[in-house]
Amino acid sequence: MKQNALEGLRVLDFTQIWSGPYCTMLMALYGAEVIKIESEKRPDRTRLFSVMLARYYEGRDTSPLYNTLNLNKLGITLNLTQRRGVDLVRELVKVSDVVVENFRPGVMAKLGIDYESLREINPKLIYLSSSSRGGTGPEWDYAGLAFMFSALGGLSYITGYADGLPSKTSGRTDLIVGMTALFAILSALIHRTETGRGQYIDLSSSEAITALMGDVFMEYAMNGRNQTRQGNRDAAMAPHNCYRCAGEDQWISIACASDGEWRALCEAMNRPDLAADERFSGVYARKENEVELDRLIGEWTATFTPTQAVEMLRKAGVAAAPSRSSRDLLADDHLRQRGAFLEIDHPDMGRQTLVGAPWKLTDDQNGLIRHAPLFGQHNDYVFEQLLGLSPKQVEELRREEVIY
Amino acid sequence: MTPKALEGVKVLEYADFVTGPYCTKLLADLGAAVIKIEIPGGGDPSRRRGPFPGDIPDRERSGLFLYLNTNKRSITLDPAVPMGRKIFTALVEWADILVEDHAPGAMEAMGISYDALRGFNPKLVMTSITPFGQTGPCSGDKAYGLNISHGAGSGYLTPVAEAEDDREPIKAGGFFDHCCSGLSAATATLLAFYRRKLSGDGEHIDISEQEASLAYDRVEVGIFANENFIVRRIHSGIGVALAPCRDGHIVFAATGNPLHWESLMAMMDHPVWAKEERFTDQASRFKYAREINDHLSKWTVNHTTEDLYRRLAQAGIPVGIVRSQSDLVEKDAQLKHREFFTGIDHPAAGELTYASAAYRFSETPWRLDRPAPTLGQHNDEVYGGILGYSREQQVKLRQMGIL
Repeated sequence: MKQNALEGLRVLDFTQIWSGPYCTMLMALYGAEVIKIESEKRPDRTRLFSVMLARYYEGRDTSPLYNTLNLNKLGITLNLTQRRGVDLVRELVKVSDVVVENFRPGVMAKLGIDYESLREINPKLIYLSSSSRGGTGPEWDYAGLAFMFSALGGLSYITGYADGLPSKTSGRTDLIVGMTALFAILSALIHRTETGRGQYIDLSSSEAITALMGDVFMEYAMNGRNQTRQGNRDAAMAPHNCYRCAGEDQWISIACASDGEWRALCEAMNRPDLAADERFSGVYARKENEVELDRLIGEWTATFTPTQAVEMLRKAGVAAAPSRSSRDLLADDHLRQRGAFLEIDHPDMGRQTLVGAPWKLTDDQNGLIRHAPLFGQHNDYVFEQLLGLSPKQVEELRREEVIY
Repeated sequence: MTPKALEGVKVLEYADFVTGPYCTKLLADLGAAVIKIEIPGGGDPSRRRGPFPGDIPDRERSGLFLYLNTNKRSITLDPAVPMGRKIFTALVEWADILVEDHAPGAMEAMGISYDALRGFNPKLVMTSITPFGQTGPCSGDKAYGLNISHGAGSGYLTPVAEAEDDREPIKAGGFFDHCCSGLSAATATLLAFYRRKLSGDGEHIDISEQEASLAYDRVEVGIFANENFIVRRIHSGIGVALAPCRDGHIVFAATGNPLHWESLMAMMDHPVWAKEERFTDQASRFKYAREINDHLSKWTVNHTTEDLYRRLAQAGIPVGIVRSQSDLVEKDAQLKHREFFTGIDHPAAGELTYASAAYRFSETPWRLDRPAPTLGQHNDEVYGGILGYSREQQVKLRQMGIL
């Protein structure tokens, strides 16, 4: 049996909302002991409210949103506005490997638990701060949320219909930033195995988006041109679009990279006339007449459900996939057979169905994934077993609103 | 020069176009030694994709290739022929990590499956990237990036709609989704490599681009599974205004937080419309977000993006400008200060500006040490140096079309 990839690694998680919690949850899913620090004054807001659903959750332990972003973590409550709360953080740092935080810039320094303060007590510590614009420069203290990272990062400008507005992006932007943070942390951990030294990582969330579309800047560097919005279209393929199918908000994506694939599509559509049509002969002609091309394909797809159309195209060797909603994804046989989803019991919410880890490593403890921690659930373990406080001391700290 | 974080890590890349090369670029830019295998003749298809300086096609001057292959070495090799396979396995012996993107079964057909390669390097970390993964009923399906974006669910949520409409879902612009999968693959690779450093265990990682993308939408998928609500394009941007300005667009969120709302109203000199009861209550503002955005737009359109960006940010309101590429390269003071764009000279394409990375390490720099390689640029260095073939042997291999 292999050990989990991050077995034996301890992470202090000061993050909130989506991005930071996703980064540390991945660490927890791959075997790290992640201790998430919240408090009465500052519970993770996803415990309380879902912006997308405009829904308030009862208490602190009934949010599916919090659960899906904090699996496998330990949860403690520690009041950082009290000196003794901060002292306990410093004790935890001595026995930890990684700190991740996404407080407003400057807050950790004010509390006395920024990297400069903590490296003295643990030189092996790896410390990542995630902010909207990065920790240096004129905008170091600007606040940010996912949709800003895409706007400022340049993704919104290139995403949208050719004749439409730039697109805001969904919350996935946050999770992508979280993945970038994990990549950086793992690089620092690997470096640490060679040198024994930790380090500080300053992560800019908006730069994370720009770095994932760096190729787009080459056109500007070479020819001074800005790439604009193109919907689903591609510079070198046609057809390359999403077409309406029978049913409400049902669509299929179809792409042909070669004349052979185009002819196969015509055959599947039972339209040999199109394969012979000069307007569509060769990718150059198809690009030239793309509007008409898309109209003709759309006429055909509209008479089928996405599943029916995909099945015909699959047999013909044409690349096609439905544009899947969350309902379609959860019902998808391929994803289910590959174990893409998890079922987890939660004490207050019952059985929850969730997307699993983004990839599997041999001997991952997938079956043993725990629900997200209840508010303060692991105070006893962390303060008594890890830090060696007595139950009496813990009780006193609770009474004085330090463990709070 | 200060060493980078992944100095000493040896990576073999047998992948092309965007996802696999982006994965290894992330490693190479942090110091890993990456040898990229290209097919003799044409090499990586991204060399043919462009953009090209002056729009003149040239396989050594394709912008897509130049960006995705910085800090790597290129050799030409055809692993599908027996002699090529032998060289490939010698390179696998050299490597710590192999990243490949061939269709399920293709590596096995060439005699270089993970099981076969383990015989040459028992500690090998091998990352296989495919559209739908190595197993399952759809593993062999043909798919381009467009099909993966839609098949994985991100397309269905894009564009984030400003009003209910009935247009087609779309993918994110450019090769963004590919690069996000490449990032997942690189992270998975480092995770397995870290374990190997501690335990000596090798690993075969099965990256399904579909699942890599699906994972980023875990919140939306969970909402249907557990709260019985299908998130559509109209739902994702609630409470966030996309507002026109004199010279472009800004996005900002001021309806939720009462303090932000107060600051905004003060900035707008307390407009009459905002005194209606449905706009004074926080929860109700979410409900009437669209009407609010219409009101706000009438105000924002009289200002410049820079002006509103500064003023809203200073009031603590989350705000961003919708930036184009030229905005980012030329106008963004923050990126300038952080030297996000950086130049490097290339023998064929000349000095160009490249995007760097989002992470600043205190000890180990991100750095462009070498531009993308020309096709087979490092054949001598790799065949002569690492593998120890004589010049004569190399000439023979070239004549046989293996190099």
